[in-house]
Amino acid sequence: MRFFFAALKRDLLLVFRHRNDIINPLAFFLMVAVLFPLGVSPDPAFLSEVASGVIWVAALLACLLSVDGIFRSDYEDGSLEQMLVSPEPLLVLVMAKVLSHWLVSGFCLAIISPLVAMMFFLPEQGYPALILSLLLGTPTLSLMGAIGAGLTVGLRRGGVLISLLVLPLYIPVLIFGAGTVQAGAMGLPIQGYLALLGAILVFNLMLAPFAIAAALKISVRS
Amino acid sequence: MKIKMPRWFYQLASPKWFYDFTGTLLPWFSVAAVLLLVVGSVWGLVFAPSDYQQGNSFRIIYIHVPSSILAQSCYMLMAVAGAIGLIWKIKIAHVVAGACAPIGASIAVMSLATGAIWGKPTWGAWWVWDARLTAMLVLLFLYIGVIALNSAFENKASADKATAILSLVGLVNIPIIKYSVEWWNTLHQPATFTVTAKPAMPPEMWMPLLVMVLGFYCFFAVILMSRARIEVLQRERRSDWVKKVIENY
Repeated sequence: MRFFFAALKRDLLLVFRHRNDIINPLAFFLMVAVLFPLGVSPDPAFLSEVASGVIWVAALLACLLSVDGIFRSDYEDGSLEQMLVSPEPLLVLVMAKVLSHWLVSGFCLAIISPLVAMMFFLPEQGYPALILSLLLGTPTLSLMGAIGAGLTVGLRRGGVLISLLVLPLYIPVLIFGAGTVQAGAMGLPIQGYLALLGAILVFNLMLAPFAIAAALKISVRS
Repeated sequence: MKIKMPRWFYQLASPKWFYDFTGTLLPWFSVAAVLLLVVGSVWGLVFAPSDYQQGNSFRIIYIHVPSSILAQSCYMLMAVAGAIGLIWKIKIAHVVAGACAPIGASIAVMSLATGAIWGKPTWGAWWVWDARLTAMLVLLFLYIGVIALNSAFENKASADKATAILSLVGLVNIPIIKYSVEWWNTLHQPATFTVTAKPAMPPEMWMPLLVMVLGFYCFFAVILMSRARIEVLQRERRSDWVKKVIENY
């Protein structure tokens, strides 16, 4: 447990020293969302109809963009290798890294999402659904993204590849996440959706760390 | 814990034994594939009765359904072979898994293409956001991811292991994706196209379909074995038995 917090503290400290790492995904999230009214239509009725999907797609892409860097700098300066050979369990390290990535990406996205929701004229009763769905859904995105990041960290050009690997796996989260917001905006109960998002999260919490650890071992030893 | 597997399982792990064994199987499967495919297509395309609603356009079912089934079982085989390769460190399993990926991707494309061609006369559109179509498209994306990852590594051994992990992750997620897509479809698409429950087909219709499915499986086995054999030869090119094989060819 002490190792977990030490690793988490180190990662968060590194992020705070490079503040751009926090700001970049958020700025990307805003920009992607802005593209839709510009590209399709600024009509409020239309925007409030597509808001749930657009916000979720933008959040998903922002997570994807930042997940590539989750192991990269540690791999490049060799500290990842040291962590792998250390006696501390790799699963704990992996969990700490995923948690720190989520705190920087998904958690912040959930906090600023009402801003975008306002720009998209999402009905106000949908706001809690939006924030809750992002809080429950984005950890899954970080976990699955970390599998892709672990598999591609040893490769020179991981960026495009990681989206090919991970995007198909993001589909269920997108469907249930956007569904939550849509139901919430219409004033329908959202507990069922949140339960499904939570179930996917628990499932991934259970299995993904093993896949991430195995992927890292392959990447570092190659 | 050590799991003891039957002897043939370990024998199959030897590249030479695998090469010889598939060499004896290959002609049988080729003959069976040709026979079944010819019988199935002639029976299905010529002799089977035409559908009372869709006329003759339903006959594409004899290609569409077998390819859809095969695309899914091919992914399963790929993931299971990858798991065997990871657990027992058997290189042949990785060879088989690697051979599955491009075949599976092309079969998935065939399933989607025949589906689109079939959709045009029956639904009036090439593409419908139907749950099954979308799930097949996602399966194709998973195949593309596996192929892309496999070709990105320079080191063969790590490429094998990485793709095995990715295909296992995909295998675990396929049911979730399938279920969620079905859920989404019922949400977003209220009965614009009612793909009504299939009327129970008469035996004259499903018998040729069964023959075609078996034929597709044999055909798949032939291609898979051929690809795997070539890959084995290439990987073992420095060993004596491969040199002998090539000299005697």
